[in-house]
Amino acid sequence: MSVGYTLAADPASAIATVTADPEAEFLAGGTTQVDLMLKDGVVAPRRLVDISRLPLRGVTVDGTTLRVGATTTMEELAAHPAVPPFVREALLLGASPQLRNMATIGGNLLQRTRCRYFRDPGVDDCNKRRPGSGCAAVEGVARMHAILGASPSCIALHASDLAVALSAASAIVHVRSERGPRSVPLTEFYRLPGTTPDREHVLRHGELITEVEIPMLPGGARSTYLKVRDRASYEFALTSAAVATVVEGGVVTSARIALGGVGTVPWRAWEAEEVLRDAPAGEASYRAAAEAAVQQPFTVPGTEFKVELAKRTLVRALRTTAGGAG
Amino acid sequence: MNEITVTTSINGRTEQLRLAAGVTLLDALRDRLGLTGTKKGCDQGACGACTVHVDGRRVLACLTLAAQVDGREVLTVEGLGGGHPMQEAFQHHDAFQCGYCTPGQVMSAIALIDEGRAGTDEDIREFMSGNLCRCGAYPNIVAAIREVAGR
Repeated sequence: MSVGYTLAADPASAIATVTADPEAEFLAGGTTQVDLMLKDGVVAPRRLVDISRLPLRGVTVDGTTLRVGATTTMEELAAHPAVPPFVREALLLGASPQLRNMATIGGNLLQRTRCRYFRDPGVDDCNKRRPGSGCAAVEGVARMHAILGASPSCIALHASDLAVALSAASAIVHVRSERGPRSVPLTEFYRLPGTTPDREHVLRHGELITEVEIPMLPGGARSTYLKVRDRASYEFALTSAAVATVVEGGVVTSARIALGGVGTVPWRAWEAEEVLRDAPAGEASYRAAAEAAVQQPFTVPGTEFKVELAKRTLVRALRTTAGGAG
Repeated sequence: MNEITVTTSINGRTEQLRLAAGVTLLDALRDRLGLTGTKKGCDQGACGACTVHVDGRRVLACLTLAAQVDGREVLTVEGLGGGHPMQEAFQHHDAFQCGYCTPGQVMSAIALIDEGRAGTDEDIREFMSGNLCRCGAYPNIVAAIREVAGR
């Protein structure tokens, strides 16, 4: 069956068209969707509703927040002078310039996992594609897979770098449906797989991301996004850490931390932030925070290395922003 | 069924195409317009061989639907005319072996300079990382770009 195409005239009609057809999907940059649909053959929407020309594009500074239209591209957001440093770094360490010119901020948040078993329609056992069928990755060869929020039902990784930095930044996702607008903190946007890995986020069918709101970092904050990977560029993270800290008089007064490359969802490390609050800026605090960040991992033989690598990644990122010799 | 009409400027010439909505820009260029300079490598957004410019920005034609360039300006390697300084620099520096990735490398390299990202060899390597060369001509590709960037 061939796919249909509708160029949306305005957000309301885009939402109406998708809402009316359970097999219709929004199309923005298409870098994940076209791949999964035409190349891998694991999704088969009946109609694509192209939202890429809607007036949802651009970045504006509004007081202490940055308002980012959902169809702003990754390159456009990275080029904005007010974007927090760790968000810019996460953007520019992801994908390639060509893909970043295509991929949108809303689409980036909704990108699908890179799990090869999910992306291979010849694999029968994938709870994400076929609920209840099992998980080939847990029994098979795994490496680029999750250790946090994972379960025997699914170890598929959420591979976005941007979503990790935006989780640490406490970004807010603004969405709109026929029922009206609503806002969801990014840290509450994704669902842990549990026994239903096919349900990845809280959006309903026909609900459109219109804007992502990024709060500016507090004064005096230093931030970084550290990405560890198998090759120097154009590769997904094995582990990563998005960190923003404020240090006053040798004491960490504020810390925001999220980990990438390890979670079935972008992993906000609340426990690590708690450990660091009012702790001395130094190696012992960083290591304690790292231990708190990576608790109760679910590993398979190919992912065991990530437990220690994720901790060391966080410690190094904290050294960069909060100081203290290794 | 599900056919659409796309009107677009390809290398300065207006083209009108009637095609299925699921046809990529890459397939439209190669199979419908006979513009085979844009290469199909991985066809999955991993290798950069299909790099073209849409409204002056480098993108991957394999993951772009033809429908998405309706009303836009597309520049392919054929549009450079063969004598572009970047093409000459690639020849001068022997920046290829088999040549299959070269059209994508050249289109990406021109965009890289437009983006102001050719300041150091490290920058060139980083911002050309979306274009793979399995022959390993990377040092010569960097040299060609460095020359055109005037360094």
